[in-house]
Amino acid sequence: MNGVIAIYIFMLAAFTGYEVISRVPVILHTPLMSGSNFVHGIVLVGAMVALFNAHGMLELSIGFVGVILAAGNAVGGYVVTERMLEMFKSSNKKAPAGGHH
Amino acid sequence: MSSLNSGLAAGIVQAAYILVAALFIMGLKRMSSPSTARGGILWAGMGMVIATLVTYLLGDFNLNLALVLIATAVGGGFAWWTGKRVAMTDMPQMIALYNGMGGGAAAAIAAVELYRGPTESPVFGTLAVLGGLIGAVSFSGSGIAFGKLQGLIKKSFRFGGQQFVNMLLLAIAVALGAMIATGMNTSPAVVTAFFVLALVLGVTMTLPIGGADMPVVISLYNALTGLAVAFEGFVLQNAAMIIAGMVVGSAGTLLTQLMAKAMNRSLGNVLFSGFGESSSAASGPVTGSMKSIEAADAGVMMAYAQKVIIVPGYGMAVGQAQHKVWELAQLLQNNGVAVKFAIHPVAGRMPGHMNVLLAEAGVPYDIIADLEEINAEFETSDVALIIGANDVVNPVARNDKSSPIYGMPILNADKAKNVIVIKRGQGQGFSGIENALFFLDNTRMLYGDAQGAVNQLIQGVKSSG
Repeated sequence: MNGVIAIYIFMLAAFTGYEVISRVPVILHTPLMSGSNFVHGIVLVGAMVALFNAHGMLELSIGFVGVILAAGNAVGGYVVTERMLEMFKSSNKKAPAGGHH
Repeated sequence: MSSLNSGLAAGIVQAAYILVAALFIMGLKRMSSPSTARGGILWAGMGMVIATLVTYLLGDFNLNLALVLIATAVGGGFAWWTGKRVAMTDMPQMIALYNGMGGGAAAAIAAVELYRGPTESPVFGTLAVLGGLIGAVSFSGSGIAFGKLQGLIKKSFRFGGQQFVNMLLLAIAVALGAMIATGMNTSPAVVTAFFVLALVLGVTMTLPIGGADMPVVISLYNALTGLAVAFEGFVLQNAAMIIAGMVVGSAGTLLTQLMAKAMNRSLGNVLFSGFGESSSAASGPVTGSMKSIEAADAGVMMAYAQKVIIVPGYGMAVGQAQHKVWELAQLLQNNGVAVKFAIHPVAGRMPGHMNVLLAEAGVPYDIIADLEEINAEFETSDVALIIGANDVVNPVARNDKSSPIYGMPILNADKAKNVIVIKRGQGQGFSGIENALFFLDNTRMLYGDAQGAVNQLIQGVKSSG
């Protein structure tokens, strides 16, 4: 992947992120922050590759810590987001509460 | 593995990463609506599982593979264990913690690359250094944010010239980073100094910021971690990291802006002014006196109302009163009272935090309204019940130009015919500003912790019917 293509990807991904989030209602902001926190847990695959290719004590140690941290990001991000979103329920089966709207 | 096999494996991995990126984006998209949000995180989760599993194809059967397996189990196990146990009220600091770990991981990837010596080209070097700097700042900064929200760090450390010191640290870190990126000097000593400075910078940047501003800071670090991941993704030529990291970088930046706007603060203000904890805010004279009310009387008032709007705040979260509040709301609904919940964008400690707590208690999201939807309705409501909210209902934000919160959008609870405020004592809000709402003629104070006071209200409503 050369630099120019990388810049295209950077730019398109940035627009995508902006567009996807711009329609999110306030009530989902915390779960969404948590969800996007989970998504950058993809750093795990990078940390894994870095550790696969590490040589010597220093690189191995840093790589090892990196994978621990990245796995924490991915798993923790998933668990708390899932717990929050699990609770969202609608009352649309009942009559609208209070009859407004 | 033979070279043919490893070539094949790399091809499979690349193809899978494209699928993973698509799953992430569709997952985030689904998270933008309450009815599909649950499915959204499942899609993204599936993407993560695929990404992790195929990446194992890139490893050889050696010590490194064993270390990866151990580290994944240790980090994942720790996060699973803590994530499952944390109380809903403590979610913000857990997000900070997990986010910091991601930043640290990005910095670790950069460190492995940079300790190896000069990078392929200055472009790779620059992105590795930038990702390392941002990731390290996000790592230590998020750690401080976690410590503050968890109550481990109580004080805000400020001293004269603090911003100057931060700028100096940043300048030195950037200078060292430039030396490393250009290959001028990539000695381990320089690389070490670079990372130490970046870590210190994250600490000194975050320590002076007050607790009220922490959500904005956590959101900012979330966006920064995304950027760091994208940059390290370029260094590793990993499309999934570039796309996912950049999507989070821009989405997180937008979210940060939305939060800062909801608090009527600019990002620069949050980072450099340290208002979030000042208690010396000069407030204009507030006239009138606070009038208290008995829970039984308040219960009767609500039982015979046509419309009640409940405004929950951090006090409800601290008192773990959301279940009792929903019980009260259902009781009122059964009495024929129209009940709605009004949520300020920054109620609680993060935008949407209150919604999560109410959802936990089982409150359906369609009777929960945000500021724009509900503000016109206060005038036609009989009772506004404020539960542990303060600054977000303070009318001085509308009419006192000298107030530090002037211009902040607030819930117009003061326009309701009656206002009942549940409050622990007579103290001031998080910002330390006197609340004019508490002194109005149509306001009655119900003193007590949220859980106990709501319980009394429930008894009051029951005995009135």
